[in-house]
Amino acid sequence: MTLMAEMGQRAFNLGVPLAIHLDVTYRCNERCVHCYLDHDDHGEMTTAEIKGVLEQLAEAGVFFLTFSGGEVFMRRDFLELVEYARRLLFVVKIKTNGVMIGEAEAQRIRELAVDTVQISVYSHRPEIHDAITKLPHSFERTIKAIRFLRDQGLRVTIANVLMTPNLSDQDGVQKLAAELGVHYTLDPTITPMMDGDTSVLALRIPGEELKGVFENPALVPNQEEFCAPPPPPTAEDLEGYSCSAGHSFCYISPYGDVFPCVQFPLPTGNVRQQKFLDIWNLSPQMNEVRAIQAKDLTTCSSCSHVSSCTRCPGLAYVEGSMRGPSTADCEKSFYRTGVPTANMLQQGLSKPRGFSGNPVPLIQIRPMPALA
Amino acid sequence: MSETYIARSSGIAARMLAGEMMVMNSMDSTFFTLNEVGTAIWQAADGRTPLREIVRARICEQFDINAEEAQADADRFVTELSSHGILLVSDHPFAEESAR
Repeated sequence: MTLMAEMGQRAFNLGVPLAIHLDVTYRCNERCVHCYLDHDDHGEMTTAEIKGVLEQLAEAGVFFLTFSGGEVFMRRDFLELVEYARRLLFVVKIKTNGVMIGEAEAQRIRELAVDTVQISVYSHRPEIHDAITKLPHSFERTIKAIRFLRDQGLRVTIANVLMTPNLSDQDGVQKLAAELGVHYTLDPTITPMMDGDTSVLALRIPGEELKGVFENPALVPNQEEFCAPPPPPTAEDLEGYSCSAGHSFCYISPYGDVFPCVQFPLPTGNVRQQKFLDIWNLSPQMNEVRAIQAKDLTTCSSCSHVSSCTRCPGLAYVEGSMRGPSTADCEKSFYRTGVPTANMLQQGLSKPRGFSGNPVPLIQIRPMPALA
Repeated sequence: MSETYIARSSGIAARMLAGEMMVMNSMDSTFFTLNEVGTAIWQAADGRTPLREIVRARICEQFDINAEEAQADADRFVTELSSHGILLVSDHPFAEESAR
């Protein structure tokens, strides 16, 4: 175990909120087809309010702070907030689309010793990327920003969300990241909107396609181990917890609402009305989330995947119960290993059902050159 | 005899967890944890207090350690952290701006 993983485990055991994801705005200059947010300002926290929250977070022991949105640079005070966070000695990570980052912003981010900048790139083909963001020339501007940031010596990660419109572009994006000299990360998860609307789930890539992703050695280097059938769960596995949500991690919205995770829309309190630590320590909802062990899960406790599944309690919550299965993760476990999940067996399915809602109107995508 | 002054680099992130100070150099993500004695030196690294004084007041007195031994340990500690860009070292006090 690395030293950092050891400290992460210690924070988890002690219930210290080691990492926070803070969305400073939901406003955005892009309109990505898969986005789970609305883009209006319903009363964002002011500069002073966010600074106050940052002070509380530092006092609570938060070390890793992710600023995200919306698009963080839609706030004119964004770099002022980063500067304040760095003065409070947080490890700062920024998630952005990069469109508003020029040379001057890149230089300032470097001066402030930001740890990582994560930038969404959906395709190596400009027309596909722009069709997903619905912002003309966004690909060009995003790539330009990546170059500015990289030239400053900053650590940049390209985050590639995989969905139906960009399915099969992952190799191209990975190659692009290598050419740019930056890191690459792939995420095939599309989440329902914060208001519970599940129409965006129609963009999830079909389960069968996940198999191809998991079996691609360029994306999954330790394939044999990763795709191996799950070992039988031990008593210790059943005492385990799903993830760090509510244990050493939580999410704060631009309006001050605190949730166990950005993918877990269970309100636990608001920092405009309560102290952050009071919410963290005393919220009944937060305590309920952190009390759930694998043995308490309604279907998953008897699933052979229980020790290795990436079950997201937030997605399960959106599906109806935070103790229930998350269908998206059932799919991943099945297509990763070929072993049916308890959820599938209970429903008499030989393969996961996948999303069966009404598909949303899709954007116009030009056919791939090879197919044109 | 010349003095040694130490200041925390502006490129670092730090937080206390369960009595240990976690320190990360944001430039290269080097990650350290400091024990209680290291943490005491770290916290006193204001750029204006001589290291000898920090060792006397914060280490020898609080941890009941022999002065010579404590000074040698502190020198090693400072050399290591400065080699990773985590502490700045000078034989003159730092200006207010660079010492936080």
